[in-house]
Amino acid sequence: MGDSAFVPSAVSAVPTAVPTRTDTSRHSALVRVTHWVTALCFFALLVSGGEIVISHPRFYWGEVGNDLTPTLFKLPIPASRKLVPTGYGYLLPDGNGWGRYLHFQAAWVVILTGLLYLIFGWLSGHFRKNLVPRRAELSWRAFSKAVVSHLRFEKPGEAEAWSYNLLQRVAYLFVIFVLFPLVIWTGLAMSPAFVSAFPATVNVLGGQQSARTLHFFVSLSLVLFLLVHVGMVWFAGFRSRMRAMITGRVATPLAAADVAVDKEST
Amino acid sequence: MSEPSYHNVSPGRASPSKFSRRQLIATGLTAAAGVAGVGVAARLAQKYGLVPPDHGGVWGLGETLTYASQRLLTRHSLAREFSRDQISKPPFANEIEPFTDEFKRLQAGRFADWRLSVDGMVARPASFSIDQLKSYPSHTEITMLQCEEGWSYIAEWIGVPLSQVLQTVEVLPQARYVVYFSFEPDTWESIDMADALHPQTFLTYGMNGDELPVGHGGPLRLRVPRQVGYKNVKFLTHLTVTDNLKKFGKGVGGASPEGGYAWYAGI
Repeated sequence: MGDSAFVPSAVSAVPTAVPTRTDTSRHSALVRVTHWVTALCFFALLVSGGEIVISHPRFYWGEVGNDLTPTLFKLPIPASRKLVPTGYGYLLPDGNGWGRYLHFQAAWVVILTGLLYLIFGWLSGHFRKNLVPRRAELSWRAFSKAVVSHLRFEKPGEAEAWSYNLLQRVAYLFVIFVLFPLVIWTGLAMSPAFVSAFPATVNVLGGQQSARTLHFFVSLSLVLFLLVHVGMVWFAGFRSRMRAMITGRVATPLAAADVAVDKEST
Repeated sequence: MSEPSYHNVSPGRASPSKFSRRQLIATGLTAAAGVAGVGVAARLAQKYGLVPPDHGGVWGLGETLTYASQRLLTRHSLAREFSRDQISKPPFANEIEPFTDEFKRLQAGRFADWRLSVDGMVARPASFSIDQLKSYPSHTEITMLQCEEGWSYIAEWIGVPLSQVLQTVEVLPQARYVVYFSFEPDTWESIDMADALHPQTFLTYGMNGDELPVGHGGPLRLRVPRQVGYKNVKFLTHLTVTDNLKKFGKGVGGASPEGGYAWYAGI
């Protein structure tokens, strides 16, 4: 696993006289691997989910919905299947076969990866140390300050290269512990076999079509998160942030590292 | 409280002992245990019927995990049933091929000449008319039919449990699958014995208190309510009981799998 951020190392910083930059460990190998596997799976789920949705781009609430029942809303796009009344005179390419295969395979991989990440995050203290907001940040003042600085598009300080800021922590925790569980739940609630064993999982959502509609909106929320996430990475410095998430290292001026350490220990 | 992570400045790549002999041995043993574990798991999965016929190829991993986990979780669970006032009016009928002259002839005779033949791994192969099927105690359920496309409807289905017919022809103990064929050419699917003998799997000849309309697969359609629409084959004419799906078509157990769809459609 290399030198991870979560395994306290006996090796301490030995600032020599010459270098002005050094490599610091930022993300542990497990965080990096699970991050990229999840990213790949999410892309696969998004493409295949889109492919499945175009075969019937109509949404309903309740148990049932079809071309003869009123919709909650329709996507203003053509469909890949003939019978759906979309108002378009042509069809989109149909890929439900591979779409469904890919969707469920990617779902399995991302769920198993997520489980590994949860176990690791729990045991290593990753959640406690890196994701749960620090006590000093748990105030409206700190929260509004963070929101304002984000709204002003203030460049993140050097210290943020080593640690998540308050809004990042809240956003990541929300994605990990709310959106991902919700998207898995609403997905399973559409499975006729799964709900035969666990009918409450679909009944509390208001029905199978409600589950489908909710699945769509939770997925949209995840896409929204992804857009903001990638936008913020770009804004904060695409190369350095990507480097940190791929190699685990942050190239950083030593002076700034010292400042960050001081700030942390006070 | 441990030190903040950025205290741990990496010593760089100079360290020669990055992979010690001990680490290499441990990694080797872990890998060997992993491979052996996967091997044992595969054996057990095969033994307990947890491997779908389309387990090979790029989608094999996901399909096997889905089928195995749903088989373990849902072997005896019942599909949700609904109340009479939840029945969709009218039920949505998906597109079907234009009827052939032969079908129209049978339809004109009110399907009196329609036959369901049953053969394969059975002690007494037989052929049933719709009236003969109706002579068995009928089974009624209000369940949902959901299409892989995303739409659905609820209907009351009337028919005879597949298990009743399988009992009549005396299925041999080594049977593992029931393959079923439609009057429509190249339309066939298969299910495992867990689904074939499931109390809600049945041959339907009626819908919503009436005959099963031809638009919904009349005179005879297989209902497998714990799987999506395409496993619910319309215009049923022939069942074969087998222990091996390799003998049929391309060996993946149905027209849908041959067309790129999953064999198991419980999700």
